[in-house]
Order: sequence, then C-alpha cells, then structure tokens
Amino acid sequence: MAAIVLTITSGKGGVGKTTATANLALALADMGRKVVCIDSDIGLRNLDVVMGLENRIVYDLVDVVEGRCKLKQSMIHDKRMQELYLIPAAQTRDKSAVSPQEMIKLCDELRPEFDWILIDSPAGIERGFQNAIAPADQVLVITNPDVSAVRDADRIIGLIDSQQKGPAKLVINRVNPSMVKRGEMLDVDDILDLLAVKLIGIVPEDEHVVISTNRGQPVVLESKSKAGQAFRNIAHRLNGEEVPFLSLDEKEDIFKRLFGRK
Amino acid sequence: MADWFMRMSGRARSAKLAKDRLKLVLIHDRTNLTPEILELLKVELLEVISRHVAIDTQAVKIKITHDGREQRLVADIPLLSVGQRTDQ
Repeated sequence: MAAIVLTITSGKGGVGKTTATANLALALADMGRKVVCIDSDIGLRNLDVVMGLENRIVYDLVDVVEGRCKLKQSMIHDKRMQELYLIPAAQTRDKSAVSPQEMIKLCDELRPEFDWILIDSPAGIERGFQNAIAPADQVLVITNPDVSAVRDADRIIGLIDSQQKGPAKLVINRVNPSMVKRGEMLDVDDILDLLAVKLIGIVPEDEHVVISTNRGQPVVLESKSKAGQAFRNIAHRLNGEEVPFLSLDEKEDIFKRLFGRK
Repeated sequence: MADWFMRMSGRARSAKLAKDRLKLVLIHDRTNLTPEILELLKVELLEVISRHVAIDTQAVKIKITHDGREQRLVADIPLLSVGQRTDQ
C-alpha cells in the first residue's frame, strides 16, 4: 500500500476545512479504505472534537515529532470504522513546533500502512499552511460562496500552484440553493469562472452539519443529510469514481419539503 | 423568475455585484497591478512608442485578460499611416 496524502486547506478560516476533513475521512474509511487524518492546526486543535474523539487523546503530533512517543501511540482509533485513525494537534504549542520536513518524514512513515492520509490545514498562508502542504500529493481547497472566502481561495490556489502542488481541486461548501436561485449568492459557475480550477464537490448548507457536529458524529453518518451525501460523493470522486454533481434544483426541492418554503 | 424580479426591482442582484467586484480584486491580487499603475503604464508605454512611430492615442486599448489562471496584458495600439500623419 502507498497512501495518497491529501491536504485540505482554504486560506480563510471558518469555511469548513475541519468538517470536510472529518467527513471525508469517515466516508473513505466507510468505503473500506485505510485512513489516517492529521490535525496540523497546532495551538487550535479541533479535528478531535469534530470527530468526537476529544476524550481519548494521550499523545499528539508534537509529541511524535519531538520523540516523546511512538507514531502508533499517537494514533487514536475511531472505533466507528475498522481502519480510521486520528493524530491530534498539540494544543499548548504553536505552529513552529513542527517543520515542513518533519511533516514529510511523518507522512513517509505512514504511507506504507494506509490508503489515505488526510491533513487538516490551519487557516492562513504562513507556517501552518506550509507544514500542511509540504507532504501533499493532492490538495483540496474549501471555499464558501462569499467574496472573502473566494478571494482567499484564489490566493491559496496560486500558492499551491507556485509550490508545484497543484492543480488544486475545489469544494464549494455551504451553498444555499434558494439564495442562488434568487441571484443573491454566487453560484457554482460564477466561482469556477473566477477561480479557474477543477471542481470536486458542492456541499449545500444543511443544519444537519451543526447538529451532527454538536454530537461529535460527522454528518456522513447521517443517511438523510444532503451535506452528508455531498461529502460521500466527494469521497467516491477521490477514489476515482465518476459521480454526477447533485443538481441545485433537486436540493431546493428538498429544502422546500423540509421547510415548506415556496 | 429571477429575471422578472431583477427587472421589477431595477436593482442588480447582489451575486452579480459580488462577481464583478471579485473579478477586479482577483486581477489585482494575482498581478499586484492597480488601476492607477495600469494607467501610468499606459501613459509611459505610449510615450515610448510615439517616439518611434505615430500612433492613434485616442484609440489605444490596454487591458488585462485571463485565460484560466494565466493573466495577460493586452495592448491594442492602432498605428497612423503616413497619409494620416501628413493630414495632422
């Protein structure tokens, strides 16, 4: 086995990187793939809590890098899946505790054991981002349909290209189909036209995401959720399968049924 | 339906505004070229070219186009023919 290292990044914070990482990790593991995810947001760790594994942390990424524990000891097994592990970030250190070279070395150690290594990148374009991108074979850029998220996505896509890590693939998260239909939200074609990048997923705004995150149960585990379906579709596309994009109208129908909107 | 709303309200939908604004912002972000610098560039470019050949300065068009993620500075500078020049 030789894992593919997939880094999930965005430039802007709060667009759904950690949610995407958790959901794609669970979806890939649910497809029978061996998956490990690494939270590289040192000082602001969150992937543990989004996955619902926060009470099981003993060692973290910095402990591994600084030799206080073995790599295997830092890996928390997510028992909902046969082969899903998390290496949490340290909470009491900062981004400079790990170097890009150390991230490459760590991933090289993990590669033979896994199909996928998912790295949750911190926001920003500094050290934390450099750490997350250094070992990447593929990069997903998450954006939202708003001006600041799209602008920052463009910046990060440029940086990914300049470091020969491209072409990045785009996930547009939190699309509100009814606002798009009213012409009050950038639509998928607008964003693709602006960013000139390949699309790999469209995730509709979905209250199930908040509810499932509250519970520490990523939304892909929720069979009825549209966002969960969208993340499962992305996982299949990562796996090399052709999956058509959900149409916005279809999503709006669901919205109408759920909320009785006209 | 959206078109109908658009016509009735007489106000551009905000998505269209967002896209137009982003187009300009991204050109600047990708190239570090502000509209002011572009204007300055145009003036200096015309100055240099006019030293060697007569040009129709009123009809000059300089803009940034993009093909995918590649930016391109495109200058369209009509030259005046000898006949037109003697007319001046």
